[in-house]
Amino acid sequence: MTRIVGHVLILAAVLFFLGLIGVLVRRNIVFMLLSIEIMFNAAGLAFVAAGARWAKPDGQIMFIFIVSMAAAEVSVALALVLQMHHRLKILDTDAAKSLRG
Amino acid sequence: MLELLWIIPALPFAGSLFLALLGRKLPRRAIACLGAGSVGICALLTGLVAISFIGHTSSHSFTYTQTLWSWLDVAGFGPSVSLHLDALSLVMILVITLVSFLIHLYSTEFMIGDADYSRFFAQMNLFVGSMLTLVLADNFLLLYLGWEGVGLCSYLLIGFWYGEPQNGYAARKAFIVTRVGDTALAIALFIIFTHLGTLRIGEVMLAARDTWPAGSPIATVTALLLLAGAVGKSAQLPLQTWLPDAMAGPTPVSALIHAATMVTAGVYLIARTNVLFMLSPAALTAVAVIGAATLVVAGFSGLVQHDIKRVLAYSTISQIGYMFLALGVGAWSAAIFHFMTHAFFKALLFLGAGCVIAATDGEHDMFKMGGLRKQMPLVFWTFLIGACSLSAVPLITAGFYSKDLIIWKAYCSARGSVWLWAAAIFGSLLTSMYTFRMVLLTFFGPLRKNATKRPGWPMSLPLVVLAVLSIAGGLVDLPKNFGGGSALTKFLTRDLPSFVTAPGRAVHQGMFGVFAACVSLGGILLIELLMRSRMYEKISESPRAKALHSFWFSGWGFDRLYDLVLVSPYAMLARINRDDVIDYFYTGLSRLSRQGWRGLCATENGRVRSFVLGIALGAAIIIGLAVFL
Repeated sequence: MTRIVGHVLILAAVLFFLGLIGVLVRRNIVFMLLSIEIMFNAAGLAFVAAGARWAKPDGQIMFIFIVSMAAAEVSVALALVLQMHHRLKILDTDAAKSLRG
Repeated sequence: MLELLWIIPALPFAGSLFLALLGRKLPRRAIACLGAGSVGICALLTGLVAISFIGHTSSHSFTYTQTLWSWLDVAGFGPSVSLHLDALSLVMILVITLVSFLIHLYSTEFMIGDADYSRFFAQMNLFVGSMLTLVLADNFLLLYLGWEGVGLCSYLLIGFWYGEPQNGYAARKAFIVTRVGDTALAIALFIIFTHLGTLRIGEVMLAARDTWPAGSPIATVTALLLLAGAVGKSAQLPLQTWLPDAMAGPTPVSALIHAATMVTAGVYLIARTNVLFMLSPAALTAVAVIGAATLVVAGFSGLVQHDIKRVLAYSTISQIGYMFLALGVGAWSAAIFHFMTHAFFKALLFLGAGCVIAATDGEHDMFKMGGLRKQMPLVFWTFLIGACSLSAVPLITAGFYSKDLIIWKAYCSARGSVWLWAAAIFGSLLTSMYTFRMVLLTFFGPLRKNATKRPGWPMSLPLVVLAVLSIAGGLVDLPKNFGGGSALTKFLTRDLPSFVTAPGRAVHQGMFGVFAACVSLGGILLIELLMRSRMYEKISESPRAKALHSFWFSGWGFDRLYDLVLVSPYAMLARINRDDVIDYFYTGLSRLSRQGWRGLCATENGRVRSFVLGIALGAAIIIGLAVFL
């Protein structure tokens, strides 16, 4: 069991860094959101694995939290993406730095 | 009449205030009436006060104290503004008001062409008020107020013609050099207050006599600090350098402040605090040695000056040296006597020099004058009387009686010595020589510059009165040998300790007197011979004499020494510290925070990806710390 958990955690870490690299490297905001989703799920996967290791429900509860939070985040983020596209006619985050925030 | 004492210092202050506020709108005649009038009434009142004071002679140690108001009262420190009249201060205020009035009268004509007529009289009146406060003060704090007041007026009046930069320089120099002494005086007052708990002069003297044993270090330190204050104000070694430069002021200022009154404040201070000096024989010896050294050093410098006013300035330093010598050997009343006669004849000489300078269109160089004897007979004769009095021509002049007394007492005093006597007698020779060199150069010889104007009555009258006083002033203290009763000495001995003669020395006074007289007359003859036979020029042309000449001319190189030791290092430090070394820390702090701000600003560039990088790195660092620590 422990060995599987170890493998799952490595997978989670790999997924997390893939997501992070995606956020850092991609300039298109839609792909950045996708990468963030990957990072969320990597974290969720780590929680689930940890919950299975100690046979506790906490990990799965945390995963449900993460999924619901990701859903809320995506709804806000997509609204922002739409606004961005609507006003600036671009999806490039580096070009859209006039907000300075 | 004594209740009117407060009016004496109040009148000049009132005159000064009035002139300062309204002077510009008044016509010159009104300014002259106000300026000279306030001091004139002052002199009259002083006369009345003196008559009623001397009327109280029935009680031997009569003094009069008038408390005007309480100045402040904090935690046992309660100096009041009160005036104290005793024999010493009475003699001082009599001389001060009389000479001040004559000089104010003279100034009404002398300064008539000046644009700042009212400013001149406002400052002169302020000076007289401060000087009277100094002398009449009942406590040291009020004395210090007057002391600083006269210093301020001296500064203002030396720099009266402030359009010339070197006049401003001379004024600053006088102010800063005397400040050295004033600081010492302030420290002395702190010591007195912390140890004796009072600043009232009478109480301090009693308390010091009771609590400080004779010769104790605390008494010596206090007396030496007081001496330093006196040395600064009275332009004695080693703080004498400001006085020759102070001649940049108008001539009446030199006569009033830098000859007759302010520079003798040091003599008054030492005489007033005589108990402290009696407790410390070392300090008293220092007074005598400083006086003796100063009178010789300044005498040599006076011998080679070209500027008529600088001769008189060095002569003033030298004569105050005599007063210090007298104080140092315990001849207290002789010092005050010499102060009195010196005020008369030196004011006379300055005023005469002022007439000469005014008549020759502002010429100060004696070598460009000459032969003015026929052109200005009144000035010549009164100047000659002043010069005779300064040179102590025997029997007929006041200067003889006062200076002879000092020379004699320098020898016969229990604190005196042959060396002090020798310095005094040598100084007397120098005095005659530089005085008559000045007279010969200015009034005799070929006419080099025509006198363009004659003094009117406001300038002539003071000359005549002061000439009379320079001769008759000696009568108040005529010694027994000449059929007098030493009236002034007796009068002053009420407040000042009496003179102690050394056993076995108090003989042959007559012979010493004759010798001193011969020396002063010999000096006059010697300089006459030297000047007439052209020996003077011959001597002064040899290279060695030239070097000596320039050494004496520059006042024994004291200015250069102070420049080298004090002024230039200070200026260098000031240059280094131009931006304030301690400030570097604070400017560094502000620069650091500005750099930090700039760095943080750079991170806020609006790129989402760099924010993410920042968050990721921050998280990595924190997790790293959590894991590895």
